[in-house]
Amino acid sequence: MSRNLILGAALSSLVLLAALVSFVWTPYDYAALDIPNKLQPPNVRHWFGTDHFGRDMFSMIMVGARTSIAVALVAVGIGMALGVPLGLTAAARKGSWLDEVIMRGNDLVFAFPSLVIAILITAVFGAGAINAIIAIGIFNIPVFARITRGAALSLWEREFILAARVSGKGAARISAEHILPNVANLLIVQGTIQFSLGILAEAGLSYVGLGAQPPTPSWGRMLADAQTMVSFAPHLALIPGLAIIVTVLGLNLLGDGLRDWLDPRIRVARA
Amino acid sequence: MTNQMLKSFASALVLGASVFATGALAKSDITIAMQLEPPHLDPTSAAAQAIDSVVYTNIFEGLTRFMGDGSVVPGLAESWEISEDGTVYTFKLRDGVTFHDGTVMDAEDVKFSLDRASADDSANAQKALFAGIESVEVVDPLTVKVTLSEPNGNFLFNMAWGDAVIVSPDSIENITTNPVGTGAFTFGNWVQGDSITLNQNPDYWGDQPALETATFKFISDPTAAFAAMMAEDIDVFDNFPAPENLPQFEADPRFQVLVGSTEGETILSTNNKKPPFDDIRVRQALAHAIDRQAIIDGAMFGYGTPIGTHFAPHNPAYVDLTRLSAHDPEKAAKLLADAGYEEGFETTLHLPPPSYARRGGEIIAAQLAEVGITAEIINVEWAQWLESVFKGKDYGLTIISHTEPMDIGIYARPDYYFQYDSLDAQTLMETLNATTDPEERKKLLGEMQRLIANDFVNGYLFQLPKLVIAKAGVQGLWKNAPTAAIDLTQISWSE
Repeated sequence: MSRNLILGAALSSLVLLAALVSFVWTPYDYAALDIPNKLQPPNVRHWFGTDHFGRDMFSMIMVGARTSIAVALVAVGIGMALGVPLGLTAAARKGSWLDEVIMRGNDLVFAFPSLVIAILITAVFGAGAINAIIAIGIFNIPVFARITRGAALSLWEREFILAARVSGKGAARISAEHILPNVANLLIVQGTIQFSLGILAEAGLSYVGLGAQPPTPSWGRMLADAQTMVSFAPHLALIPGLAIIVTVLGLNLLGDGLRDWLDPRIRVARA
Repeated sequence: MTNQMLKSFASALVLGASVFATGALAKSDITIAMQLEPPHLDPTSAAAQAIDSVVYTNIFEGLTRFMGDGSVVPGLAESWEISEDGTVYTFKLRDGVTFHDGTVMDAEDVKFSLDRASADDSANAQKALFAGIESVEVVDPLTVKVTLSEPNGNFLFNMAWGDAVIVSPDSIENITTNPVGTGAFTFGNWVQGDSITLNQNPDYWGDQPALETATFKFISDPTAAFAAMMAEDIDVFDNFPAPENLPQFEADPRFQVLVGSTEGETILSTNNKKPPFDDIRVRQALAHAIDRQAIIDGAMFGYGTPIGTHFAPHNPAYVDLTRLSAHDPEKAAKLLADAGYEEGFETTLHLPPPSYARRGGEIIAAQLAEVGITAEIINVEWAQWLESVFKGKDYGLTIISHTEPMDIGIYARPDYYFQYDSLDAQTLMETLNATTDPEERKKLLGEMQRLIANDFVNGYLFQLPKLVIAKAGVQGLWKNAPTAAIDLTQISWSE
C-alpha cells in the first residue's frame, strides 16, 4: 500500500470519525449560544475557540462534518445510481439512437458550470440541504455515465463477453454480471474524487447561503460568517477552512492511492 | 536661449504653485456609500428609505423639513399661520424658488403635490400623512391654504416627511428616473447597480452647499464595505453593515465613527391573526422568551438600546416598558402551557438580508427553542420579503426595523402586515391625531405605548443605531437619523 493511500485513508477516517462521534457526543451543544463568551480563541475549555455567538467551534466542526459528508455522500449516490445504468445502457447500445440521446444529454449537463446551476436550483426551489444534495447530485450523473460507458465499451470487445453472448445472455444481464464488476474499481476511485468535489460544492453553496440552513452547522457558512471578523478573530475562518482542506486532501489522496492499488496493471508490476 | 529657459522655469514654478494651491483647497466632491440601491427616485410613491437617503433635502424639498436634531423647520414654506381651531394652515411660500428645469415653484405646485399624494389612486407609501387634508386652495402664487377635516397636531411634522415633498406637474412623468426638484443638488447620472451622482444646483434659492458633486455608491456586502472603507475608496459609509468592525475604525486615525440613534424600532414582528399568535398568552410567552441584551451583544456587538414598545427611546414621550417583557424563560414556558402548548409548536421565522435580522434571527431561534418553540429560519431577499411577508402576510415571525419616524400609528391599521386589530388602539390613535396640545399628546402617546406593550403585539427588541464611518476630514454629517436622509447641504471637508 502506498503512502498516499495510508495518509488519505487516515485523514478521511478522521473526518468520518468526527462525524460519527458527533451523533452521540460533542463537547458542547453545537447550537447552544453563550454570548458573554463569544469570540474566544482556542483554549483548554474550547479546543477550537468559540464563534461570534459563543458557540463551541469544535462541536460545530464535528456536526459540520456530518452535514458535509451526508450531502456529498447522497449526492454521489444519486450520481452513481443514475449515471452508472445510463452509461451501461449507452455502451450496450453503442451507436444507437439511445446511446446518442444519453450521451448528448450528458454533454448538455456537462456544458453548464455546475456551481452556477446548483445556485440556480437552490434559488428556485429554496435553500436547504435537500435541494443542495439534488443540485450536486445532478452534476454527478454525467460524470459516472461517461466513465462507465468508456470503460464498458472496451470490455464489450473482449472474448469473455463474446462467450457470454454466445451462451445466450442478453445485453442487460451481461452488463450487470460481467461489465459492472469489471468497472467497479474505476467507479470506486471516481466516487472518492466526486465525494471530495461534493464536499467542496456543499461548502460553496453554504458559503453563499444556499446550503444547509441555520442552526445546522455547515463549514461553508461558518466561513461566510467569519468574513468580517477575520482581522480580530482569525480562528473563525482558519478552522473551518482547515477542515475543508483536510477533508478534500484526504479524499483525493485516498482516491489516488485506491487507483494505484486497485489498478491490475500496476499491481502486477509491483508483484 | 537663457531667456527661454528662464521663462519655462518660471512657468513651471507657477504651474507647480497652482497645483499646490488646488491641493490645499478643501475637496468639493464626496463619495458616500449606502447598503441598498433605491428601486427608483420618487420619494412620493415608495416606502424604500434608500430613495429618501439620496433625494431628501438634496433634490426634493417639502413645505417643512427635518434637521439633524429631529426638529422641524421651514422648508419651501417661509412661514405659516394656523387658524384658531387648528384646521386651517396658511403657508407663505419662499419667493424665487425654481425647479431644476427652470420652471418657477409656486402655490399651484404645492396644490398639485398634496392633491396627488392624497388622491384615492395615490401611490404614496404614507397616505395616512395626508388623510386629514380636506382641501388645498391657491390664494395667490405664493400663498397656499390647507384645510383639514379636524385639527392635527402633527401636520407640520407630517409635511416634513420625504413622502410629502413638492414636485412639479411638468416633470412628474419621469420622476422615477429623472427627478426634478427644488433642492441644492440636481440629479446627474445613475449607473444601475453601482452609483448615483448629484451635482450642485447653481440656481438654488438658499445658501450654496460646500460640495459640488456627490456620488452615492451601493455596497451591501459587509466584507466589501469593510474593504472599500479601508482602501479609502469611500468617504462616508451611511449605516455601516458590520458593527463588529467599528472598533477597528475607531482605532484608526484616518476615520471617525459616529454612533447615533435612528427612528428604527427593531421588532420581532408577529402575525397576530395567524394561530397560535392570535392568543395573547402565546405572544406574551414570546416576549418573555427573548433576551434582548443577548441579541444586542450577539447581533449588534453591543450597539443598540433595548426597547419595550414601538417607540424611540430618545423621544421625550418615550415610556420605558422593557421590564414588562423581561427575559424569563420559565414564565414563558408556563404561559405556553396555559395556552395549551406544553409541547411548544412550530412556526417560521423569515429573515430579510440585513445582518441585524440574520444574526438576530439565529439568536432568537435559539432562545425560542429553550421554551419549546421551534422557529424554522427562512432567509429571504428584500423583494421576497416585501412580497410574501409585508404584502402577502404569509409568515409566522419576522425581524425588521421600522425606520419611519413616529410610526406608532401603524398599530391602528388592522390590515398592516402584523395584523393587529384593536378597537382601543384605533380610537386612541384617532384621539391622538385630533389633539394639538403637546402635553396631552405626550400623555396619549404614553397610553398608546402601554397598550401595545400590554397586548404584546410584537416582540420589541432594540432601537437600531445609526452607525456612520467617515474619513476624519468630513464635517456636518447627521449623527442621528430623525428620518432617512443624507443631508448633503450641511456636509463639507475641513481644510
